[in-house]
Formats: sequence, C-alpha cells, structure tokens
Amino acid sequence: MNIFKIQRSYIRFKKMLPGLLFFMTNPALAQDSGDHQYTTEAIQSGYTVYSQQCVLCHGRQGDTVDGIDLKNGLFRGARSDSELEAIILNGAAEGRMPAFDLLESELNSVIAYIRAGFDPDGASVSIGDPARGKELFNGKGGCSDCHRVAGYGPRTAPDLSYIGAIRTPASLERNIVDPASALLPINRPIRLITRYEETVIGRRLNEDTYTIQLVDSNGRLRSFRKSDLVTFEISQEPSKLPTALPEDEVADLVAYLLTLTGL
Amino acid sequence: MLKTLKEISQSALAILIFMAPMLSDAEVTFDRILNASNEPENWLTYNGGYNSQRFSILDQVNQTNVEKLKLQWTLQNQVFGAWQSNPIVADGIMYVTERPNTVIALDAVTGGVFWKYRYDPSPEATVCCGANNRGVAILGDKVFMGTLDARLIAIDRITGVPLWNVEVGDVELAYSVTMAPLVVKNNVLVGVGGGEYGIRGYVAAYDADTGKEVWKTYTIPAPGEANHDSWEGDDWEHGGAPVWITGSYDSELNLTYWGVGNPGPDWNAGQRPGDNLYSDSVLALDADTGELQWHFQFTPNDAYDYDSVQVPVLADITFNDQLKKVMMWANRNGYFYVLDRTNGDFLQGKPYVRVNWSSGLDENGRPIPTPQPDGMPTFPGNQGGTNWYPPSFSPRTELFYFSAWQDYATIYKPVEQEYTPGRAFLGGGFSVLAPAPGAPTIGIGRTSPINNWTNEVGHASLKAMDPRTGEAVWSYDQFDVSDSGMLTTGSDLLFTGGREGYFHAIDARNGELRWKANLGGQIVMAPITYMAGGVQYISVISGHALFTFSLPQ
Repeated sequence: MNIFKIQRSYIRFKKMLPGLLFFMTNPALAQDSGDHQYTTEAIQSGYTVYSQQCVLCHGRQGDTVDGIDLKNGLFRGARSDSELEAIILNGAAEGRMPAFDLLESELNSVIAYIRAGFDPDGASVSIGDPARGKELFNGKGGCSDCHRVAGYGPRTAPDLSYIGAIRTPASLERNIVDPASALLPINRPIRLITRYEETVIGRRLNEDTYTIQLVDSNGRLRSFRKSDLVTFEISQEPSKLPTALPEDEVADLVAYLLTLTGL
Repeated sequence: MLKTLKEISQSALAILIFMAPMLSDAEVTFDRILNASNEPENWLTYNGGYNSQRFSILDQVNQTNVEKLKLQWTLQNQVFGAWQSNPIVADGIMYVTERPNTVIALDAVTGGVFWKYRYDPSPEATVCCGANNRGVAILGDKVFMGTLDARLIAIDRITGVPLWNVEVGDVELAYSVTMAPLVVKNNVLVGVGGGEYGIRGYVAAYDADTGKEVWKTYTIPAPGEANHDSWEGDDWEHGGAPVWITGSYDSELNLTYWGVGNPGPDWNAGQRPGDNLYSDSVLALDADTGELQWHFQFTPNDAYDYDSVQVPVLADITFNDQLKKVMMWANRNGYFYVLDRTNGDFLQGKPYVRVNWSSGLDENGRPIPTPQPDGMPTFPGNQGGTNWYPPSFSPRTELFYFSAWQDYATIYKPVEQEYTPGRAFLGGGFSVLAPAPGAPTIGIGRTSPINNWTNEVGHASLKAMDPRTGEAVWSYDQFDVSDSGMLTTGSDLLFTGGREGYFHAIDARNGELRWKANLGGQIVMAPITYMAGGVQYISVISGHALFTFSLPQ
C-alpha cells in the first residue's frame, strides 16, 4: 500500500516532464538512483504498439488530432500516466477515441514512447515489403549466416527473434548500412586466450570486474574468470561489413525485421 | 494469590539485575557521540563519528585473516528499490531504515528483530529519485528519522513507539527529508531535499525532547542578507539548494558543516544569472544558533546539477608543514578540494577525473568556466565525478578514499521553464554520452544483473587521495560504476562495494585486493563495523539484503 503511494509520486514526477524526456534517454537527477525511469527497451517497443494502434488517428508525429500533440506532451484530459492509461483503456471524447484492449506491457511501453517524446530517429526510415525482406534475410543478404530467428540458424550473432519489438526502424537500418556506428558495445566481437591455452572467439553477453559471460563460436555458453585469461581482446570493428544491398532491398529487410516480435 | 513482600522485592531485584546493563546502556548521551572513537564497538552516527571519517580502530579482522570472513546473518528487505540506508549500532542493537520510512531495531549479533516502526508518508510526497531514506540518528532513549513527506519523527528506541512527529517542510511544495539526521547536543539537525522542484533549501534544528524548532537557516539568502545579490529578481524564492546528506560537526569550533545541492532549474543556468549562493557550496553553521559562519562555493551558477552534497570529511593534518584543521572534499564537479575548516579558506583543489566544464581553479578555488558547445559532451557527466556516497579518511594511512566515475559524460540541453509550485523544475534535459545511437547507458541505479552498457559509458575508480598533494596514490577500477561508500579500519583494510554487488576488502595502503564476496545486488551505501561479545562485525547492504560478516566463531 505504501509502495503504491510512493509510486504515485514517481508518476507525478514523470508527468512534469512532457517534452523534456524527449532528450532524456536517462533521466538521472540530482539525487541518484531511481528505479522508475522509462527504459530504452520500453520506449522502443512502445514504438511498435504506437505504429500498430495509434498512428492511424494520431499520425506519425502524434499531432494530427486537433488540440493534441502526443510527442510534445499536449493532451486534452490526461495529466498523469494513470490518466493516460485510463483514456487508452476506456476511450475518451465521447467515443471519438475508442477504447483499446492493450496488454499491460503494451500499455506501459506505449506510454513510455509517448512520454519519451517519440524516438526522434524513428521517423524517416523507408519500410518495404516484409516478404521480400525475409527472402533477402535468408538469401543474398547473408543475414542468416550468423543470425538466428525463431529457433533456426547459428547463434554466433545476436538472435533476432524479437528484434522488431526492441529496435526502431532507424536503428535497424543503421545496423545494416553502417554497422560500425550502430554496434552496441556489448556486442563487440571478443577473442580471449585462457591460461590453459584455449583460444575462444565469441560474443559477449555480460561482463563485470572479475568475470565475463559469452556465447562462443560453437554456440556454447561460456563463463570465465578474468584472472584465468592470458589475453582478452575486444574488437572495435563489427564482424560484418556494411551491406551491399540497394536501398529498396534494405527497406524490405527492415520491414521483415520489424515483423520479428518474438512469441 | 498475593505474593509476600519478600517475593516481590526479590523478583523486582531480579528484574533490576537483569535490566541493569540495558538501563545503563539505554542512554546514548551527546558526550558518548562526541567521543565515538573511544567506543569502536558502536557505530553511533551516520558516518561513525562527527568528523565523518568512517574510520574504526577495530582490527580483529586484519590483512591476513580477512579472507576467512564468514556470513553471520542476513536481513532481507521487504521493499523493492535501491536500499541506501546506513545502519547505526548502539550497545549491540542495530537500527536501520527501510524504504520509504520504516525503522527496524535488531540484534546486531544474530539479526533477530526486536521491533519495526512503519510510518506511511503522505501520498503527496514528491521526490525525484526514489523513496530513499538513509538512516536514523540516536540520542538518549530515542532514534530520529526524517520522512519522505518532510517530517521529523522521534521514536522510543526500546519500544519502537513514536514520541513526537513534526513538520520540517511543506510536502505540497515537494519538500522531503531523505538524509539521516545529525544530533548535536540536545538538537536534531536535518536538511531538506527538493532541488528538482524549486524549493528554497535550509537546515533546521529541533529540540530532541519536544521536536520544537530551535533554529532554521536557509541556504539561499533573503533580500537584505549577505550574498542575496548572487540572484536576480525572484529566482531566489525557488532556487533549490537542498541539503540531503548528513553534515559533520567540529566541537572545538562548535560548527556544523553541510553540503548544499544544485540550484534550480537544474540545467538552465542562463535562466538564473549570478553565482546562485549558496547552491553547490559548503556551509559552516553555528551548532547552537544556525548562524552562517562561512561558506565556500564549489560551482557558481551551476548548469550541470553538480550538487555539493558530499560528506564533509574532517581531519587535522600537516599541510604545507603546518598542522591544519582541514576539510577534504571530492566534489561532484570533478575536483578534489582541501579547505581550512576554521574559516573556509581554499588550500588546494585539483581534478581527479577528466573535467572539461572548467579549465582549472583560480587561487581562491573558483572554477574558470569553459562551457562546452551545444551538443558536445561535458565531463564529468550529470551524476558527477562522485556523488553522495560517503568517503573515508584513515588517520593511519592519511589517505582519503572515495568512489569516482571515470570516462563518463553527458550532453545537456537547457530549456526555459516557468516555476510551478510543487512541480519539477529542471530547465531542460540531458543524455549520457554513448558509443552508438540508442545504446544502453548507465542508469541511476542498477536493476539488472546484465551490464549491456559496458565500461565504455563510464566505470568506477576507487581513488586513494593524498590530501597534501591532491593526487591519487593508487586507484582500483571496476567495470561498472560504483555508488558505494567507504569504511577503513585499524588494520588498514578498506571495505567498499559497487553496483556489480561485489563486496571488497582492499589493502588501504596500496590498493591490493585482499578478499571479495559476490553479494549479487548493487551496493549503494557504505559498510559499517562494530563489535559485540568480543567479535568484530562488518555489515553492508547489497541489493535487498543487509549482510553481516565476522571471522568464524
């Protein structure tokens, strides 16, 4: 009960930030530690929900309904997140805004997306034909040589089964055309040699001061104590090159990846 | 059946004999707190004593046997969220708080709980960064807790029953108290949080017996007061300058020292021209009257949220061949300072991490500003080179230890903002510098066992500073950042944690790791040590549990 009350005060904080969170991927404030910020993952999956459920009326920039600018935090009736929730779940404006039967996770993520001022990267990416994209993925695009989807393919590169739910179109496109600038630090290729003279090439899953967890080139989960390593190298270059596919095929690939939303 | 007089007197005697140690121990007098270093078996204040050195002369656990440390008991938290509380220990009884405002009294030897007092703060309570509470203060037969809705409560330390409950600040205007109070003589001193909500900060003292306000000193001078002209127009009325970390006390000078937080709005310095005193300063206040004796401002007209809420660490050391009463301060702004605590004179200041918002300090310690162009990263980033986590000073090694964030930067975006009472007053936003667009970055606290942001966005560096030179003698790096405080002991052991959940014992002389335990949850407070039944204990909070270690019994 108490916790519930306190969470209300976090919500109060959140509601004061429309438009500001736009810039705040990480709203860490003067005191430290708050465990109640919108995560990047939530904002990104909110994009998917928004694209599916909201974009028709509210538009890509969230400003096509008169008097409402979702991206910049201008709402008609709602102020707090819970009021936004109520409007989405129950509808508003005498039925002009219908009720949406969203899962709690969808609801939370779409609110995060709105509160985050939308993802500024998400706007200008062209999205092609997902069926053609799937063929490219498994064919001349060469993606399936390293990536796994829904139980099929190698495990050397990240499993893309739900990549469409956690990445924006802009992020996906950038990964294809300019992987070096898009590669997340955790995914940098690594090479290590143990004191038992074993050389391991793999992809990092986690690391702390004393240990590292990875999936090796044979698709096995491995964990090492750093004190057992003779060599530990992290490559700044991704293991893939920028794609040679033309723009329209990149758009197809992005479209296919966006359909990969997990189970 | 009536008992005979003899029987009654015998049983009363028996009770008296049984109760005797407890009765004599129940009084934690001001004198005992003043001389806390004489009773290292206890941990009587937030930082272990008025000089806030977090140093204990206990040495049963030493460089050789520390690797034998064994878990003795664990107290599981029943509440989620970063557990930043600092326990105190008096005569074998530990007092620790839980989010948001619960006090637990427990047996420091077994972890058995005597009582639990829960206060439900008003739902109007507004805090920027979590329902934190950092602990209680003790005096006489009471413990004192500040609350999220800006109240101060005295609690009977034997029964756990509240004795008085007074307002410290207006909850509607987003005042709060998250710090452990500081008891001096018969007064309980607290400061207020709310620097993100346009409060006007202060430190106030309350009579320990009645809760009646004794004095109150604002951290922003009113019209007519000295330094009011460091503000323009009515900016001072909602200029922030909160005080949310426990201060220190020098009994010879009868001065209390307080670190003051950021001005508001946080990130738009252009909106509040002037130095904005006494934001981002240390204040020396007379312990009896609250009168301001001196101030030193670390970051004038701050645009980066560089709260100066660090703990003022006091020591008497030889500085430039003179015995000096100094104050050591690793500031959130990236500089490490040594001040003369008798008058606030600047003795020395040097950067301890990469600093680019300023090119250095002038002879008075005032920073030479070098604001970065729009869209360019500022070092150190928004959480600072360090923050509120308590440092330690060992009089044995004469080194000052603290957690620094290395290679961490932020891009700021100021925005004009009107003040609205009780609402966030930030004046813009920021993003953490990351190596790829949309890459995960350091959060304000760690909630996942997976580190997918990596050390590329910042990492911890425990630094051992020589206050005479202002340079690090050694440092100890971690892969993730650390919000852990420090503890040093008479055997030159340094205990500290980090967000990864490792609890470390390090040789305080040279930075060599002596022992570590993976406790599995972020350590966002400082360890303490105490003794009971001839056994030295070391307690630390990691994640949602308080762990207490000792040598095998």
